[in-house]
Amino acid sequence: MPKVKIPRKSTHIDMTAMCDVAFLLLTFFMLATKFKPDEPVVVKTPSSISEIPMPDTDVMLITLDEKGRIFFSIDNKNLRKELVQSVNTANNLGLTESEIHSFAIGASIGTPLNQLKAYLAAAPEVRTEYDKTTSGIPADTAAITRDNELSQWIDNARHLSGNKLRVCIKADADAVYPDYRKVIRTLENLKIFKFNLITNLKAVPPGTAAHEKQMAGLSK
Amino acid sequence: MAEIAESGGGGKKKGGKKAKKLSTRVDLTPMVDLGFLLITFFMFTTTMAKPKTMQINMPDNDKTITDEERNKVKNSTALTILLSKEHRLYHYEGIGDDPTNPPEVNVTYFRPNDGIRDVIIDKKKKVEDLKRTGGLTADDQMTVLIKPDDDCTYDDVVSILDEMNINDVKVYAIVDISEVDKEFIQKTEAANQ
Repeated sequence: MPKVKIPRKSTHIDMTAMCDVAFLLLTFFMLATKFKPDEPVVVKTPSSISEIPMPDTDVMLITLDEKGRIFFSIDNKNLRKELVQSVNTANNLGLTESEIHSFAIGASIGTPLNQLKAYLAAAPEVRTEYDKTTSGIPADTAAITRDNELSQWIDNARHLSGNKLRVCIKADADAVYPDYRKVIRTLENLKIFKFNLITNLKAVPPGTAAHEKQMAGLSK
Repeated sequence: MAEIAESGGGGKKKGGKKAKKLSTRVDLTPMVDLGFLLITFFMFTTTMAKPKTMQINMPDNDKTITDEERNKVKNSTALTILLSKEHRLYHYEGIGDDPTNPPEVNVTYFRPNDGIRDVIIDKKKKVEDLKRTGGLTADDQMTVLIKPDDDCTYDDVVSILDEMNINDVKVYAIVDISEVDKEFIQKTEAANQ
């Protein structure tokens, strides 16, 4: 049998096209990305059909984890600074300039006021460890008292921002109701009756009133 | 390029060797590697979808509102849902304020079929029927009272509020659970055991 000669082909592939795709995707992700804000605790939010997006700016975020610990945060760095200064003077915490700065650039805060100074003075790694064991910001269902520190934070933040902040509550699906009620009552006592609960989006179940509405909206 | 190289080669070898033609192709493999590495990084750090929120308006807790105004809810339009442990939902019609005639309390769950949704839809139909037959005026609306007890989770609260949106219930309120309601839960639990 005559041998069939197989022409030897080069193993080199033209990478240009692949390179193009890679960088196209890279550009997309670089532009579309918004880094996850570092959060002290992992919170698994429940789902709802609500489609209202979370506001970008002027957000006051109250985080409630599954153990019922409360964390507090606002997004504006300047406001954070003003806030910690006013809390500092109101409670005679004696924070230094560097501790105030460390609050301003930090993430959610979840420490009782009497431990705030030590917390802010600590190194970032120590703080991450602390966040795992902290008891969270003390809150209560009762009216505005000194013990209800959450209420102090919220009240101060609102006054400094000129009532511009939107209150968002990010609570864990497994948090028990009494813990959630603490937050709600605190807000109610401060005359805040409008707030947003952060949820994941889920599909509208077919055959329901909301589904019909959605369909009607689409066909228009 | 090639020409420059030739002239730069100097005069020693006149008309001698042809300058070697260099390929203009560059090996792009490392560049592709780098590109994909960065893509992976951005893919893992990015948050694509912005979180959604559910807007809640709580009733004003102003003390000037009298109890009478609060208790305007009619028994025939009301549906009370008690949230309890293990995602159980106890529900009964009316507001359960008549101790001599306790309502029939049933248990259900959040589920696509035969769950709380069907209870809400049924009640809605009943209210509409009553409106048609003249039992209720056109202004009356179905009202759902949501009473979470101490054992239920935040997930239950959000799910039931979501259920209100899904079924287009206009009037609903989260109310503190009463001792009577707690008894209802205990009794129903005992009966189902």
